Amino acid sequence: MKVRIPSPLRSYTGGEAKVDACGSTVAELLTDLDTRFPGLRFRVVDEQERLREHMIVWLDGERCRDLTASVEGLDEVVLMQALSGG
Amino acid sequence: MTDVNSGPNMGYAITDRDGLDDAPNHLLVGTRKGLFVLSGDETRTAWKLHGPGFLGHVIQHAMVDPRDGRTLLVAAKTGHLGPTVFRSTDLGASWSEASRPPAFESGDAHGRAVRSVFWLSPGHADEPDVWYAGASPQGLFRTDDGGDTWAGVSGWNDHPSWGEWAEWPDVEGTPDGSMLHSVNIDPRDPRHLYLGLSGGGVFESTDGGSDWVPLNAGCAADFLPDPDVPYGHDPHCVRLHPQRPDRLYQQNHCGIYRLDRPATRWERIGDNMPADVGDIGFPVELHPRDPDTAWVFPMDGTDVWPRTSPGGRPAAYMTRDAGETWTRLDAGLPERGWMTVKRQAMTTDSGDPVGVYFGTTGGEVWGSADEGATWSCLAAHLPEVYSIEVA
Repeated sequence: MKVRIPSPLRSYTGGEAKVDACGSTVAELLTDLDTRFPGLRFRVVDEQERLREHMIVWLDGERCRDLTASVEGLDEVVLMQALSGG
Repeated sequence: MTDVNSGPNMGYAITDRDGLDDAPNHLLVGTRKGLFVLSGDETRTAWKLHGPGFLGHVIQHAMVDPRDGRTLLVAAKTGHLGPTVFRSTDLGASWSEASRPPAFESGDAHGRAVRSVFWLSPGHADEPDVWYAGASPQGLFRTDDGGDTWAGVSGWNDHPSWGEWAEWPDVEGTPDGSMLHSVNIDPRDPRHLYLGLSGGGVFESTDGGSDWVPLNAGCAADFLPDPDVPYGHDPHCVRLHPQRPDRLYQQNHCGIYRLDRPATRWERIGDNMPADVGDIGFPVELHPRDPDTAWVFPMDGTDVWPRTSPGGRPAAYMTRDAGETWTRLDAGLPERGWMTVKRQAMTTDSGDPVGVYFGTTGGEVWGSADEGATWSCLAAHLPEVYSIEVA
């Protein structure tokens, strides 16, 4: 499936805003991404397998912070930074 | 190092050429919004500002490796992304990200995750690829390969007393989070370490970090109901003198202190500061050759603790007799100003006379080529300055 990559993470994807990835859950998807774009996952998920506070995943237009959520059957997953900071 | 997120500059060029230029003096200025470089001439009076590199990244600390003079490590995160360490082995011409940044173990008993890499310390001269990193929350990490892969120092992170010593959970955490800082390595013995917790106190290890003991006797803890406690203090910055490693200086939340080992009781040398200035602040910096000389930058610790220049009159203070007396150094600084200088945002160089530099939360960098006798503004309108190191 396709994963949309937000601008803060595009230094890992060579500037690509949309990349392919495999997996049945959000966690697996991110793990797959990390094999091709090393270092990306740790910027998004901490060492205790928690999505970082200011990151968010959209599944079919729904906000998701559960890394175990299924992504099966989806065409696209949107990885995005949360509206925060200053 | 990772292959993908690496290569020339990664978009993180810190100067308008490849890496640091050939100027004889450089300052690495870590800010809340990126890394700047100041290049200085022989006189250290003319400076050119470069950067920002890593624009938009929160740069808590950036440091050159004094052992090879070429390796730069940068502790970084962004507003959204997790913490990491970037490394250059060619003075900033190209950068790579650590393939294993500082992180607690998965399944950590306290559920800890690094929120920021706060402090970087090069290891002992006999351990050329060793660095230590202090984090928020208060973890200690070590690399043995020059910053590529990091692992927790288990003797600290998993110490049975960590939960008592450290500020955890962050119920009353320091602004920006409780942090581990001031990792000092005894130049005579790489296994002899000191560190500071803000808050938590100063701790010492004599076995390479396998075990630790508090070292806070004599320090005030006015913010605790029982101020006479073995730990729980709030050191802001601790410096060990490289020429006299038994001498430590400390700028604490509650005063300025000196400790001459093997003594274990800190002496409050800040009591000798002018009463209307006080002895509250964040940094303390040392003369590289004279163990009796140190600089501080006092801030207002009265009333609601504004932590700006006392009376709106900014000045550094210097002692040349190990804290017995202090001299006000304000020539060239504005007559009125409410400066705040964070704990890593002041430093000294190895020149003769020594250069002294500090950066403010208002985005100014000030420098003195004559040990603080006169100051000039080296840069202004920068983001909030978090750290300044000589490169």
